[in-house]
Amino acid sequence: MNNANGIPVEESSNLIQIRNVTKLYVMGSEELYALKGISMNIARNEYVAIMGPSGSGKSTLMNILGCLDTPTSGDYFLNGKNVSEMDDDELAEIRNKEIGFVFQTFNLLPRSNALHNVELPLVYKGMPKADRIERAEQALFDVGLQDRMKHKPNELSGGQRQRVAIARALVNDPSIILADEPTGNLDTKTGQEIMELLEQLNLKGNTIIIVTHEEDIAQHARRIVKIRDGDIEADYLSKRGKEIQRPDGE
Amino acid sequence: MNFWIEIRENLVIAYRAITANKLRSFLATLGIVIGVTSVTLMQTAIEGINRAFEKSISAVGADVLYVQKFEWFGKEDFSYYRNRKDITMNQYEYLKDNTQSAAIMCPSTGTSKVLKYRDLVLENVFVVGTTDEYQETFGANMEEGRFFTKNESDGAYPVCVIGTDIRNAFFENADPIGKSIKIGTYSFRIIGVVEKQGSLLGLFSLDNRVLIPIERFFNLFGGKRSLSINIKAADINDMDETKEEVRSIMRKARKVDYGDRDDFGVNQQEAFKTTYESLTSLIKIIGTLITSLSLIVGSVGIANIMFVSVKERTKEIGIRKAIGAKRRTIMYQFLIESVAICLLGGLIGIMIAFPISLIIDAYVLPTAMPLWVILLGIFVSLLFGVLAGFFPAYSASKMDPVESLRYE
Repeated sequence: MNNANGIPVEESSNLIQIRNVTKLYVMGSEELYALKGISMNIARNEYVAIMGPSGSGKSTLMNILGCLDTPTSGDYFLNGKNVSEMDDDELAEIRNKEIGFVFQTFNLLPRSNALHNVELPLVYKGMPKADRIERAEQALFDVGLQDRMKHKPNELSGGQRQRVAIARALVNDPSIILADEPTGNLDTKTGQEIMELLEQLNLKGNTIIIVTHEEDIAQHARRIVKIRDGDIEADYLSKRGKEIQRPDGE
Repeated sequence: MNFWIEIRENLVIAYRAITANKLRSFLATLGIVIGVTSVTLMQTAIEGINRAFEKSISAVGADVLYVQKFEWFGKEDFSYYRNRKDITMNQYEYLKDNTQSAAIMCPSTGTSKVLKYRDLVLENVFVVGTTDEYQETFGANMEEGRFFTKNESDGAYPVCVIGTDIRNAFFENADPIGKSIKIGTYSFRIIGVVEKQGSLLGLFSLDNRVLIPIERFFNLFGGKRSLSINIKAADINDMDETKEEVRSIMRKARKVDYGDRDDFGVNQQEAFKTTYESLTSLIKIIGTLITSLSLIVGSVGIANIMFVSVKERTKEIGIRKAIGAKRRTIMYQFLIESVAICLLGGLIGIMIAFPISLIIDAYVLPTAMPLWVILLGIFVSLLFGVLAGFFPAYSASKMDPVESLRYE
């Protein structure tokens, strides 16, 4: 079986399975369910946009999908492993190996140059220096920043910073790239470039989840999941997703 | 492998963090600088006082026992000791004939007299009556001339050996050997000068003495005196054995009944040390504690700065955690930073204290900063670095990644 891009995918290749996931916040005497029992699957090599207004629970969902947070109840299987029962250090390891984050505010370390920023996940993985440099340089090359490696974030434009962040997300070859409003701090043109870059990564086989509240950004994805009041309101193929629907009609 | 990669990374982070806030790091470490300076200087001063003390009692001889009526630093009243029977020449002879573990022994007694040479007068010179064995017992080297012989000693010859203070007072530019001086009203011929020995505890000059044959001493100044029997042990490592043997023989010689207390003292240099220790140990402990206070204040300053540093870098901690830093990694990051700041302070402190110790050595008190004090300074700054950094580092490691990423 091949996907729309002709890349082979495994059967039953649900990379992410979440079942009845809830998240409860207790503030003083008030209890607030940010997520009210969400279930969904995301397959390998999908490109999903999670949409919703602020306060809808989409950030909470993203934090759980990104293993930054654990659900109050319910299960989250990532690559077949039940993440919802892991402790802080196990989650850190999962984040390191399985997830690449791209943030709205880039979240680069200001005192480190681009190369070192990209190298950092490999440091935490425990990779020897020579290998780290090679991998990080390759990742920066892949996002078109081969001549900006020694620049610090404040010497780079917004678009370049986001490319560094994408290179950092890619460098450890993660299962998912999780982008939270990746174009939120960029002008339209640069935003388009970043979206194109994510598109290419998806075509190369990366699974991408973006969180956004902008409809036209979401339309870059194949599938759109709309969240409202802590629940899934809609889950459908985007225009683009319909255009390149899988040949077997799935 | 993994561990060292993290440590190396953390060292780089610490270096960057410290150099990025040079002034703040310097101010933070100032407390440690002052603390380590004062602690190392305090220890250096204590070392100097100890050395000065050791030197000042070296004339007593580490391997010499003194059998006397009095016990050094004894706990009883003066009268208790004074009323004891005198130690006599007979007892000395008996002890000498029966002791196996003594290399050599000599009796001695003394009194203060006026010394005259022509029209020069020295008051309060200590006159020691002893035998020719004195020289061997104390290892006194002669600067000029010779010590008196057994023949001169036994025959009560009017000869004397003088200390360097007396030589300097009477014979500034002349050869003292063969000259005649008066001890009290009696004439003696100088046959030797003992080389400079310094003073005991800085109080009693051993060079302001004149030594004469003990028999002559008894004849001229009276024989009803208690002696000191000075015994050089055969082996310095068996001092206790020698002491026990001397005790039991002396008890026999003085007919002390079984079960009664000794009516004499067997004294040794040890007594000075014990007394010195008991007098100074508390002062040393208090001095060390007081100087340690400055270190504690310094480390509180570091802890404070580290808390600020952690707070300030909340976002960075969030980023690091998001891309896979474990609790331990974050903990090490801040611990290493705190240790690095403290270590830097410690090294600066030692670099300040070392030249000061040289100045003290040159002008105040002979001392030196021993290697162990330098190592102590380094160890203490490491320790306080860990102590100061622990809670800030722990709080950083416990931070929630979601909240710290949101922090602006």
